[in-house]
Amino acid sequence: MATAIEEPALERPAWSATLHEWITTVDHKKIGIMYILVALVFLVIGGAEAMVMRFQLLWAESKAVPPDFFNQVMTMHGTTMIFFAAMPILAGVANYIVPLQIGARDMAFPRLNALGLWATLFGGVLAYFSFATGGAPAIGWFAYAPLTERAFARSAATDFWIIGLLVSGVGSLSGAVNLVTTVLTLRCPGMTLRKIPLYTWMAFWANVQILFAIPPLTASLIMLLFDRLLGAHFFDAQAGGSPYLWQHLFWFFGHPEVYILVLPAFGMVSDVIPVFSRKVIFGYEFMAVATIAIAFVSFGVWAHHMFCVGMTRPADVYFAAASLVVGIPTGIKVFNWLATVYGGHLRMAAPMLFCFGFLSMFVIGGLTGIMLAVTPMNFQLSDSYFVVGHFHWVIIGGILMGLFAGLYYWYPKITGRMYSERLARWQFWLLLIGFLLTFGPMHVSGMLGMPRRIYTYPVDRGWELWNQLSSLGAFIQAPSYLIFVWNVIISLKKGQPAGDDPWDGWTLEWATTSPPPSYNFETIPTVRSRRPLWDLKHPDDPDWKYE
Amino acid sequence: MSSYAGSFAAPGGTGDVSPVARHSALTPAHVGMLIFLVTEVAFFGTLIMTYVYFLRQSTQGEPNPSQVFHLPMVIAASVCLFSSSATIHLAERALRQGRRHGFLGWWGLTIALGITFLLGTVREWADLIGTWGLTISRNLFGSTYFTLVGFHALHVTIGVITMAIVFGLAARRQITEQNMTGVEVVSWYWHFVDGVWVVVFTLVYVIGR
Repeated sequence: MATAIEEPALERPAWSATLHEWITTVDHKKIGIMYILVALVFLVIGGAEAMVMRFQLLWAESKAVPPDFFNQVMTMHGTTMIFFAAMPILAGVANYIVPLQIGARDMAFPRLNALGLWATLFGGVLAYFSFATGGAPAIGWFAYAPLTERAFARSAATDFWIIGLLVSGVGSLSGAVNLVTTVLTLRCPGMTLRKIPLYTWMAFWANVQILFAIPPLTASLIMLLFDRLLGAHFFDAQAGGSPYLWQHLFWFFGHPEVYILVLPAFGMVSDVIPVFSRKVIFGYEFMAVATIAIAFVSFGVWAHHMFCVGMTRPADVYFAAASLVVGIPTGIKVFNWLATVYGGHLRMAAPMLFCFGFLSMFVIGGLTGIMLAVTPMNFQLSDSYFVVGHFHWVIIGGILMGLFAGLYYWYPKITGRMYSERLARWQFWLLLIGFLLTFGPMHVSGMLGMPRRIYTYPVDRGWELWNQLSSLGAFIQAPSYLIFVWNVIISLKKGQPAGDDPWDGWTLEWATTSPPPSYNFETIPTVRSRRPLWDLKHPDDPDWKYE
Repeated sequence: MSSYAGSFAAPGGTGDVSPVARHSALTPAHVGMLIFLVTEVAFFGTLIMTYVYFLRQSTQGEPNPSQVFHLPMVIAASVCLFSSSATIHLAERALRQGRRHGFLGWWGLTIALGITFLLGTVREWADLIGTWGLTISRNLFGSTYFTLVGFHALHVTIGVITMAIVFGLAARRQITEQNMTGVEVVSWYWHFVDGVWVVVFTLVYVIGR
């Protein structure tokens, strides 16, 4: 029985030495952990902002918070959750897990890796520095021109927001260049492209998408900054510029961004479901190809966010059809996950519980997405609470559920300790119930005509009940995140020692100690199949005979 | 539960395994540079798209592109930049053959050509701003022109600085034919910057005139 390395009873290093070690580290695992911690802090901040909004919307004609503050909080909630919570947490998990899964000792460029982390954090701090100008920007997270122009957003808050996103964009890009290079060049002997674990495969394609999606955002933010600081005219209709172009450029980034976030979550689910069903993933090749299909198609659908802007009929038809096409590879994946579960010997530990949450909720979010892709329906529902309900359904029900599955799955590997299953179950059910109650009624209030982003609403519209249900749901959901954070902290100390391979896993990260040594593997492994640990545990019936 | 750490050490029984990445000619640095250039394609693609979209859309009148460009100087500067792609290639080849002085000569010439190009840009901008009063805020044409050409010039500047560093290292014999990776990736970057100028030149000075 080889447990995690026993710490010899040495003197603990001074806290300043520990701090120095973490700040200057270039170890992909430490950087990954710091990414996740940064993201959790921003997740709590963004969640608090959501609470402010739900509190304000509890009653019709409410004046619980000032209107401009509401707009600021609304802007920062979206910005924080996408750029400083979701992106870093996914970057963190990828940083930690991908080198282990491909049998590498570190990322291809360890110092660039550290740059990515610190740029992301610095970007987040800069964006929040906007509060110091007297209030955050009140422009919405997609920052439509001309509202963002100097004439309408007069304070420097918007400039801080722009610069914050530019800096964190540098972080995302350096992370993506690093990860893509790592997967292409540092795979262990025997791991051909067709033997890559699905999590690594999908994180890889999400990062390929970052390569193409973030630079256009960077370029558009620079143009906006030039408009604001140097008096340029890109989005100034009076001078011949075009607010419409901003919408195209932003969504050319913004739509792939959704898949940048969801593909790694797909990958986590694709690794967890087989291990917890005790079966090989159904249709590995189809999963792999469907990932590529999603990555490509997602770059051709951006203007379905813009049907109401008044595009041409052919453009409407094209973007509606292309958006529906995304449903095909995604559907293939859903059926493959279900087929993997089918007939399996299920273990309903927290990672699997969240996978089921993911499967059921993500399908519903996908279906409302198909509704919104149909242009005439979109004309009715655009910019209503239906849209808010839809994308939160995908982001929380899809991305976050999948992410929690992955985080619980790898928690014992990262810390060497087991999380508390009881707390995890509390978190799951509070999250699920709160989530259904928050975002379900939003579909109704949206259909009843409630526009998104409004500060308050009149009494006689029949929206009050639905808003109160949403707020109640939000207040149920909020503790679930705190329970997660608490579980992460308390299990570090009180969790049972997990051992190297608590789930009887099949991919290479389970072949090393928990937590892994700084060099990951004593000897670089050689693999012959997609489940190298299965081969090792079952020499009489190895996978490579059949793949 | 047993640990599998180290269990992969024994090479026995893995006869037909082909180590994938190890024997590739491309090191992580090469692949990293190529992938970085992919992001640059997306970045310049956006600026170029924007330039096309706003071509002749400026509503604030003069100065406009048909008046301001002084082509002979632009063409001369462009010839310098384009020929620097050839000189950097010759430099690379000289180093690969172990001809250190040949390398330093061609590499130095490449730097000189890059600087000449930048001086041409300085001259052109002085003319545009001084004579024509065209600035980034004057009209939409100025906004798009200075942004697109400016970001290209910024990339040329970064290239010149990087090449100067490589030149210094090679002069001190810290870069030789034994470790050419730096030289190779910098030259790929330089070819890319040249390639962007082919598109920008055609768009700004030929089509957009």
